[in-house]
Amino acid sequence: MRILSPTGIVGYGFPEASFQAGVALKPDLIACDAGSTDPGPYYLGSGIPFTNATAVKRDMTLMLKAACELNIPLVIGSCGGAGADVHLAREVNILKEIAKEQSLSFKLAVISAEFDQEILVEHLNAGHIEKLGPAPEITEEAIRSSTHIVAQMGIEPIIQALDDGAQVILCGRCYDPAPFAAPAIRLGYDKALALHLGKILECATICATPGSGADCIMGYLGEDYFCVEPLNPERKCTPLSVSAHTLYEKSNPYILPGPGGHLDLYDCTFTADTDRRVRVAGTRFIEEAVPSVKLEGARRAGYRSISICGNRDPIFISQVDAILEDLKRQTAANLSADFDYELDFIVYGKNGVMGQLEPNTQISSHEIGIIIDCVADTQEHSAAVCSVARSTLLHYGYPGRIATAGNLAFPFSPSDIEVGAAYVFSVYGLLRSENPVSLFARTYETIGEA
Amino acid sequence: MQLRLKDIASVIRSKNAGPYELTLDVLLQSDEMFEKVRAADVINKGSVAKLYGVPEEEILSIVYFPNARAVKITMVRPIPSGAMGERDVYGAQQHAPLVGFTFELD
Repeated sequence: MRILSPTGIVGYGFPEASFQAGVALKPDLIACDAGSTDPGPYYLGSGIPFTNATAVKRDMTLMLKAACELNIPLVIGSCGGAGADVHLAREVNILKEIAKEQSLSFKLAVISAEFDQEILVEHLNAGHIEKLGPAPEITEEAIRSSTHIVAQMGIEPIIQALDDGAQVILCGRCYDPAPFAAPAIRLGYDKALALHLGKILECATICATPGSGADCIMGYLGEDYFCVEPLNPERKCTPLSVSAHTLYEKSNPYILPGPGGHLDLYDCTFTADTDRRVRVAGTRFIEEAVPSVKLEGARRAGYRSISICGNRDPIFISQVDAILEDLKRQTAANLSADFDYELDFIVYGKNGVMGQLEPNTQISSHEIGIIIDCVADTQEHSAAVCSVARSTLLHYGYPGRIATAGNLAFPFSPSDIEVGAAYVFSVYGLLRSENPVSLFARTYETIGEA
Repeated sequence: MQLRLKDIASVIRSKNAGPYELTLDVLLQSDEMFEKVRAADVINKGSVAKLYGVPEEEILSIVYFPNARAVKITMVRPIPSGAMGERDVYGAQQHAPLVGFTFELD
């Protein structure tokens, strides 16, 4: 079975020549991932996709046209990035627009991954939900305060949609390998190999050298092995590049947990088939006693305002920690706020990148950059805190001060920016269910004349 | 012989492993150096905790992966990704203390 992965995320783009080289090899499936929690909680919480609609339409047009011409399935996971219903809806609209413009017809399945709060509270009370790793305990309050909660679907809902005759499947939040593996497992291919292949293909050519998250790769799935080979002649896969990719973004390279169980790579082999094609074998899949899916939720923490400024005074820089600590106290005194807020300072040139993990305590920077960061219950309140902190810092009198006209260099006027709502992750854990298909609502629609 | 990690590694990188963990990958330049580093156990929970100034319990695992000549370190993220006080949402610039890590190796 041949599986074409066009790009790491729908909307990240890919060279058309690579894609057409893949299409010429007559794939049996085009599949693509579209999501991640990496860009942070904002996108899930706010319902705004982290990919650009114009870029998504370009990528999806090429994939949809090819899938219709070859009469093969197209499966896209984690639509719109975070994969809640609002993200999924944008991608469904883009897909329908393309189908209309290109006069394409097919049966569409849309699989939701968003969860109703009441249903999750019932699962929580029934003991079906547990937190994951260092994440906080999941409480009823955490569920009820979330703006969106999704679960990563596994292969089962996708297989069901294919059984129901769908050719194009748009999924909400989805285990990244599932769109690649589900159609293969449905045809009887080994689950462990199909999922492991999906795990590599979902990042497109990141497993190649030179690596890229925006170029096409073909996966070849056999009875007891799979191969991967990039479609751009300028890239190649080597046993080292492919096995190194197994490490990427994972806690443990041997044990890769997912819905329903984990991949076990302890006896996995990576060998060179050619100088640019790698063969993988020996992967195992260990089933869980009760299947689980991963839950992700986000809630609004408040509203953010920031001010960006710099300082070039050696006397100020030598005291910056003490000044900023005291600034928090002075801001509170100058504001008398009757609302809750958080005030933080990011100091570039000191520990602006690593914060509390920064091992260097001595700095030699001749200048520093400061971001005043405030989150409060309303936009107006955070703007007020940011404004008072900024003006207090501008004229702050510190010991030995000789530059008495102002402590800050502002690159912009206005100096303060109202950023809008700020979100945090609120739910991160597992939901156990004997029937993973029933957790994810599917809707079908015939598009075009079919 | 005193060695610096950046002189024997081909890749030293950091990235989120989900919103609550940070994972650091070190890929050694040769199989020989990989075996030496593994045998000497210079990259351990204690040495990594010291490099990052965190308690040893925060270092969740250190796993050797010979296929990729890699050592993988996973630690608790100081704060969840994107929470107040965040400095690096993707966790992609937290590798520097390892770059300068120096140790004795026979």
